[in-house]
Amino acid sequence: MDALKIIISREYISRVTKKSFILLTILMPFLFTALIFVPYWLSTIQDSEERKIVVIDNSGFYAPEFKSTENYTFEIVGDANISDQQSRLGKDLYAILQITDDLSKDPKAVTFLSEKQAPLDLLSSIERTLSEKVSEQKLEALSHSDNVDSKTIDQVKQIIESGSRISLSTMKWGKGGSISETSTVVASIVGGVFTVLIYMFIMIYGAMVMQAVMEEKRSRIVEVMISSVKPVYMLIGKIVGIGLVGITQLVFWGIMIGILFIGATAFFTNPEQAGQMAAVGGSMATEGFDIEGALASIMTVNWFEIIFFFLIYFIGGFIMFASIFATIGSAVDNEEDTQQFMTPITLLMLFAFYAGFYSINNPDGPLAFWGSLIPITSPIVMMVRLPFGVPLWEKLLSVVLLYGSFILTSIMAAKIYRVGILMYGKKPSIKEIIKWMKYK
Amino acid sequence: MHYVETKDVVKQFSQHRALNKVSIRVPKGAVFGLLGPNGAGKTTLIRIITRITAPDSGEVLLDGKPLEREDIYKIGYLPEERGLYKKMKVGDQAMYLARLKGMSRDHAHQEVSKWFKKFDIMDWYNRKVEELSKGMQQKVQFISTIIHNPDLLIFDEPFSGFDPVNTELIKQEMLKLKAEGKTIILSTHNMESVEALCDEIALINKSEVVLQGSVYQLRNEHKKDIYKFRLLTNSFDNELLNLQVLSNEQYNEFTDVRVKKPEEMEHSQLIKLMLDKYKIAAFEEELPTMNEVFIETVTE
Repeated sequence: MDALKIIISREYISRVTKKSFILLTILMPFLFTALIFVPYWLSTIQDSEERKIVVIDNSGFYAPEFKSTENYTFEIVGDANISDQQSRLGKDLYAILQITDDLSKDPKAVTFLSEKQAPLDLLSSIERTLSEKVSEQKLEALSHSDNVDSKTIDQVKQIIESGSRISLSTMKWGKGGSISETSTVVASIVGGVFTVLIYMFIMIYGAMVMQAVMEEKRSRIVEVMISSVKPVYMLIGKIVGIGLVGITQLVFWGIMIGILFIGATAFFTNPEQAGQMAAVGGSMATEGFDIEGALASIMTVNWFEIIFFFLIYFIGGFIMFASIFATIGSAVDNEEDTQQFMTPITLLMLFAFYAGFYSINNPDGPLAFWGSLIPITSPIVMMVRLPFGVPLWEKLLSVVLLYGSFILTSIMAAKIYRVGILMYGKKPSIKEIIKWMKYK
Repeated sequence: MHYVETKDVVKQFSQHRALNKVSIRVPKGAVFGLLGPNGAGKTTLIRIITRITAPDSGEVLLDGKPLEREDIYKIGYLPEERGLYKKMKVGDQAMYLARLKGMSRDHAHQEVSKWFKKFDIMDWYNRKVEELSKGMQQKVQFISTIIHNPDLLIFDEPFSGFDPVNTELIKQEMLKLKAEGKTIILSTHNMESVEALCDEIALINKSEVVLQGSVYQLRNEHKKDIYKFRLLTNSFDNELLNLQVLSNEQYNEFTDVRVKKPEEMEHSQLIKLMLDKYKIAAFEEELPTMNEVFIETVTE
């Protein structure tokens, strides 16, 4: 047992003290947070330039509706000479909005003249202002006709104001009758992120085990080692040591990303910032990117459960694949020979990955159900399903199957490994490898 | 008293029988040569003695008792296929291997320092293994083999890759270990070192032990009745003797002659025959070298 501890600690320490590992582990959370928040932050940066827009309103209905904002000031001139104004364009004037007639009668009687292409948020804000006024005018006109009663008009007004804003809020019916608010979008994103994460970690760390085994075989240290320790200790030491490196990285990333997210969120949702965001007006607020709402739904995800199962599935999936990878590494002498054995494993992993991805659309369908039970695909597919909620018996069965089969693959791996590491020369066939298991 | 004994050890690899009822007896405190052509089964036998693999049948006794797992700490094994972790520091590497042999951290550190000083590689303690020359790595491996003060040492081709200076250093260390009472099994193709170092040998050919015994005894058994004479004459003429002369080198003051003695002739008769004609300065029966014994046995 002492020997095993010594091996594990060497495998672990030699990897976590590598410069490349430390750098990647520290930088990734910042990179990840930046990737999400920087575009958002950039969009909220204030444009300090003030732009003046002259409104020439021949009808007189619309000009008072335009309220200046931080970036745009509307200057209302009555019946001005348009050519005078045109000469100011590009100097102190940004644009000219000319309304020549009553828009409720002639909707085309408005022109926007600017030297540069005007930003979308300005145009849409002008359009919105005008169309609101026009609807009001039309309703007003309607109320003056004899056969409509004013109450109906009021109701229609109300419908227009409130009726078009519907968003489906999905609720989940819990076993105990509790109803919790869920968001399918958030669940899909969370499921997707964890699927990619577990796939990447199993692949990267599994391949690391294979590299380590091949490295030992190539450098011919195996025989020196197994003259003092059991081969199976070397195998366990490697898998556990490297697995712990993976968990270290995961936990560190989890904590760091958590802290950075909370920090960034606090920064973006404080009142001052929020005020500035409102001032931007335009696209962000109206297109419905509501970061507070999004965060609220992120909080509804059963994080504890997901992270708990992520670790469970990572450990199970990693040990299973790592022991298969270690077997391959022990059976061959060089990188090229791994291909023949790696291809089926990679295909299986890819299948699991795609099965996971397609399960996002139907997290309770047969693909998702079987995918999350079969041990080879279950660590990946189950990650997709967890945020949507999975019955306990399915989770238990899937975990039991996974852990049962990793015990099986580990035993097989140990049997092949102890023979394989001492075999040099010709690449063995699958048949020969199976025979190795019978060696005493 | 035999320190290591294998009894009818059999090891089968699918179609190939690597060891067929191999029994060897290694006397305590001796240097025992394990010889044989490539692929004869030497390495497999060593792996069974070091418990790396298990025999299909037969048993291995260490100091009279069946070999057990704990016994591997009494064995120091330098395999033919040997290497080190390239990215590890030399000192850490030696410490790691020592600790895997069951040594405590302090004890390991003490011994590593002692041996590094002795082999003059202390300056390399914090360098990476990949920066070392092959000979330097071999020294580290040799140290790792003997660091835990084992009673049984097994060296598989220990001299390959060493320059003559280091080969001599290792030979001297092996003789010192022998003087301390350690038992040494030496597997090598270098027959000169077998003659210089080994007390007894076993020759394995095609999975079986074909020769076993002390070096002198084996050479004696394989002698060909060849005698060397240094005769004080410069005009040697075989006609007078009527013997089979194998070689004849004339110098100014003497002649060296190698003759084969007819089987029925006593060797006092041979000397008499010579003395009658020439003055003898030296006389010696020629024993075959281990190399000759080896080749003769293997090609039979």
